[in-house]
Amino acid sequence: MTAISSHLNRFGGVYLLPVAIAALAFALIGVPSTWVTLTVAGLAMGMMIFLMASGLSLIFGLMDVLNFGHSAFVSFGAFIAASTLAALAGWVAGDSAILNIAALLLAVAAATAFGAAAGWFFERVIVKPVYKDHLRQILITIGALIVAEQLLLAIWGGAPVAVPRPKVLEGSLIIGDVAIEIYRVFAFLLGLAVYVAMHFALNRTRIGLLIRAGVENREMVEALGFRIDRLFIGVFMAGSALAAMGGAMWAGYQGLITPALGGELMILVFIVVIIGGLGSIEGSLLGAILVGLLANYVAFLFPKLSLASNMLLMMIILLWRPFGLKPAIKG
Amino acid sequence: MSDAILRLDDVHTDIGQYHILHGVSFDVPEGGVHVLLGRNGAGKTTTLRTVMGLWRARKGAIVFRHHDITALATPDIARLGIAYVPENMGIFGGLTVEENMRLATGSGQFDKDRLDRVFALFPAMEKFWTKQAFALSGGQKQMLAISRAIIEKREMILIDEPTKGLAPAIIRAMIAAFREIAADTTILLVEQNFLFARALGRGVTVIDDGRIVHDGDMAALAADEGLQTKLLSLSLDAQQ
Repeated sequence: MTAISSHLNRFGGVYLLPVAIAALAFALIGVPSTWVTLTVAGLAMGMMIFLMASGLSLIFGLMDVLNFGHSAFVSFGAFIAASTLAALAGWVAGDSAILNIAALLLAVAAATAFGAAAGWFFERVIVKPVYKDHLRQILITIGALIVAEQLLLAIWGGAPVAVPRPKVLEGSLIIGDVAIEIYRVFAFLLGLAVYVAMHFALNRTRIGLLIRAGVENREMVEALGFRIDRLFIGVFMAGSALAAMGGAMWAGYQGLITPALGGELMILVFIVVIIGGLGSIEGSLLGAILVGLLANYVAFLFPKLSLASNMLLMMIILLWRPFGLKPAIKG
Repeated sequence: MSDAILRLDDVHTDIGQYHILHGVSFDVPEGGVHVLLGRNGAGKTTTLRTVMGLWRARKGAIVFRHHDITALATPDIARLGIAYVPENMGIFGGLTVEENMRLATGSGQFDKDRLDRVFALFPAMEKFWTKQAFALSGGQKQMLAISRAIIEKREMILIDEPTKGLAPAIIRAMIAAFREIAADTTILLVEQNFLFARALGRGVTVIDDGRIVHDGDMAALAADEGLQTKLLSLSLDAQQ
């Protein structure tokens, strides 16, 4: 393992892993156009999972909170986006590309705003009383998740809900014999934009500096005169908003959603957070891209092994790097 | 003492089910270095953490410049002008030296004179300004922890065992630095290294088993080997 690490570091470190997996997949798939389609799908899926996972990772890293209710924000985000798009059906199906995009952005914004507000409520009412007590955190957040799922059923029913996709994002770009779904490109670009914004906020602002410091050593941040509880609220709201945004984008990606959506995605989200390293945004991005690529390649090459492949990836990475690929440094 | 900057009065602190401080009372006079000495497990760190609000006093009072800070939250205590350098140094390893120090400034901006003073005291801080703190040596990390405490004007600095694990040459440099820092602030220094404590301390309080067993001048304790042996079970000779 040490020899593998030193070779990897020489050629770009753990960032080489997605490239290596893509190269291996290229050799196994053998058809360049299929490989490009799968790679774009994997990157888009990775970016959407990154949106969901980055918040969870920061919440755990900074606040030491195991939030099993995180998937509720994903599910609510998806359904709120679906309802918003349905309400804006005229814009969604119209010929105006601007109105098409505006409808999607409004749907994503509605989901994100709901996520932030619900995150504030969740942190103040449900999580705050159980800080520093992991067992009670697990029990109470699972309980909150069950309540949230029942609320989803009560509001939207148990039947699958169709999510209208804006007309301009329908169909594919055809380049030679390569077909790339436009929605996937949009999802990838949105995820990338969010990552760049987060990277800037964390590395170029005072709040970001405080968050990075808080992930390492909360007590010392307080001893320097900063109210960490205010930071907790902000990070929890941002993390929940990102989960809802991820859910909104996923809804458009899937086209048909059920209340079980969040719970199903949480397996992948937890894999991403664990292999990326708790508290690390770079780790979440790397983990999400690995998971997205592997899920798509394996689903094409060995369909029955799709979920198992990501579990296997997690096991291998944890054996190699027990704290994940890019863990936040703890003080 | 009327000129005490910090006063602890019958402070009791529990950690979980354990009663650690049993009515600790002592004054820290303004200016210079006051040393809190004691053996491992005597309650020195608990005393500092209780002053800082990181652990709560169950009973008693802690008064800083006539403010009762016993029930204040840690950030509020820090904002009164008390800096804390914990035993593990509390360095943010993933942040650069600059970022570590910038966090300790109230406005996010450095006062040039104070920064120059820090660089003069600890040249390594300027040399490794853009380096991530986890890559620093143990001594450099300790220097960073102290630099962070003095990058802004503080009324008082609580420092927990700064010499632990450091080489003698670095300890000598620390003594010189602490003397200069103590010229314009008050330091409450927790130490086990009696030679280091003797070189710096004006006053000394000895704690054992969570109780104050001696409070007086450092010069008197340094001159009385019998008292050292009685209080600390060690002597200057044993450390020389």
